[in-house]
Amino acid sequence: MHLIGELSAVLATALFIFALYWMNDPKTARRGVIAGVVGMTVAVLATWIQPEIIHHGWIVGAIAAGFIVGVPLSRVPLTAVPQRTALSHAFGGLAAGLVGTAEYFLWRGGSATAEMTHFRMSALAAEVILGFLTFTGSLMAAGKLQEVRWIPQRPVTYPGQNVVNIGVLAIAVALGVAVALYPGAPWAPQAFLGIAALALIFGVLLIIPIGGADMPTVISILNAYAGLSAVAMGFVLDSKLLVTAGALDGSSGLILSIIMCRAMNRSFTNVLFGAFGKAQPALATGEQKEWKQETVEGAAQLLEQARSVVIIPGYGMAVAQAQHKVRELYDALTKRGITVKFAIHPVAGRMPGHMNVLLAEANIPYSALVEMDEINPEMPQTDVALVLGANDVVNPAARYNKGTPIYGMPIIDADKAKTVLAVKRSKNPGFAGIDNELYVQDNTWMLFGDAKAVLGELVKQFGGGGIH
Amino acid sequence: MSDFGSMLFVFVLATFIGLGVIRRVSRLLYTPLMSLTNAISAIAVVGSIVVTGADHPLTIRILGAVALFASMTNIVSGFMITDRMLKMFKKQ
Repeated sequence: MHLIGELSAVLATALFIFALYWMNDPKTARRGVIAGVVGMTVAVLATWIQPEIIHHGWIVGAIAAGFIVGVPLSRVPLTAVPQRTALSHAFGGLAAGLVGTAEYFLWRGGSATAEMTHFRMSALAAEVILGFLTFTGSLMAAGKLQEVRWIPQRPVTYPGQNVVNIGVLAIAVALGVAVALYPGAPWAPQAFLGIAALALIFGVLLIIPIGGADMPTVISILNAYAGLSAVAMGFVLDSKLLVTAGALDGSSGLILSIIMCRAMNRSFTNVLFGAFGKAQPALATGEQKEWKQETVEGAAQLLEQARSVVIIPGYGMAVAQAQHKVRELYDALTKRGITVKFAIHPVAGRMPGHMNVLLAEANIPYSALVEMDEINPEMPQTDVALVLGANDVVNPAARYNKGTPIYGMPIIDADKAKTVLAVKRSKNPGFAGIDNELYVQDNTWMLFGDAKAVLGELVKQFGGGGIH
Repeated sequence: MSDFGSMLFVFVLATFIGLGVIRRVSRLLYTPLMSLTNAISAIAVVGSIVVTGADHPLTIRILGAVALFASMTNIVSGFMITDRMLKMFKKQ
């Protein structure tokens, strides 16, 4: 029986690595899902058939409940994928925290088989801290993304916030060290519960000062935490399979966090403790320039006369669910022989890769989706840059204005195109609360309104245009 | 202590493999990547099965069952939504 367990763990590990390996190309990626499912099934069955498992009804019930909740969660609209992802990090953290708590009290009750070494106890404390902080932190993030009414969207800050946050975490870690040193002490169970409670509180405190524009980074960091909590659980349970799978998840979260931070020119500490997007003092610009509004007819004419168009999508496109209208416009323009490309900023949207998925849903060929670094050299030769619900990622102030929080952030050079058309929901500044001077440039024309409605009007100008 | 050493060894090697493999993932697929790794790390389900199914006190088994439910939700929704998204990329 032990041999079956070991062999299945090796098989599952290999399958998980292949699953991620196949994600290097959209053509092979779906194989990765199959490999993952097979690996998971093997690991679950190998655990389930162990003789110590006797309460099968409980397992069946919990698995059934998982299916009942999991299947609808997998069918959410693609605009809601960031919230679903945050929610799944929360579930991952919760599982780690609960299993860690159960393991500790099992050992206290004398029914655990393994010896409680200092090392195992440290791993247990780490598991509980990481698990529970990921749980509440990710729930908060999911709530912000879902725009749940009682969770503030804007960053909440107060004086001494960082001191409070670090203090709460420090007490939790100190209790963890104490419990690791004296796991059998009479006060240890209370201290253990204290760790869990502080970690739960810390998760909330960590996320309330974070604004929407930082969500791609924060989701990636929570992803890394969820992975690390699984690693810690692997250390506690002495399971190499768990350690490996957790490390894969953790390194994925780490790489995505680094890419997101780089794309915003910020550090981890700055994201977590910097409270991006809090009210900025108004920038003292000498003259207040006016925007020039364009009619749909005029915009359609501009597009029709162009030879090359670059569309720059942002969160506004996602909110308006405008991706299918984008596809219709894409069809109408390409049918007239106009080259249309999409410029994708790494942090556009609310999670890594968000824009790519939305555009793929609308059947836009992924060869038309171009990364920021590749499109920027082409921008000066571009006839029309169509900014679609993107804001901070095209703000030229990032290049030189040290007074803005986005200073130094690499941007898509929309301003260098011959003409800029910007579709914007309202006249308010974007998430970062910064004025965007792209909108008042001489060659920029504004189209105010919901992205879907504006695009619908535009497509009509092209005589329906779309195939759908 | 040997057990500490070998586990740490596995962790370090797995992290290097993870960094190497993830670095090559197509930038188009970051969103499905996140849901896939999330489903994979729900392998924590094996821990929950033991806590839930073995002959433990009731409160422990309740903790285990909730953890099992949470992991299972991640497995089901994670793999299914990853596949749903990847289908959109594949058909082109």
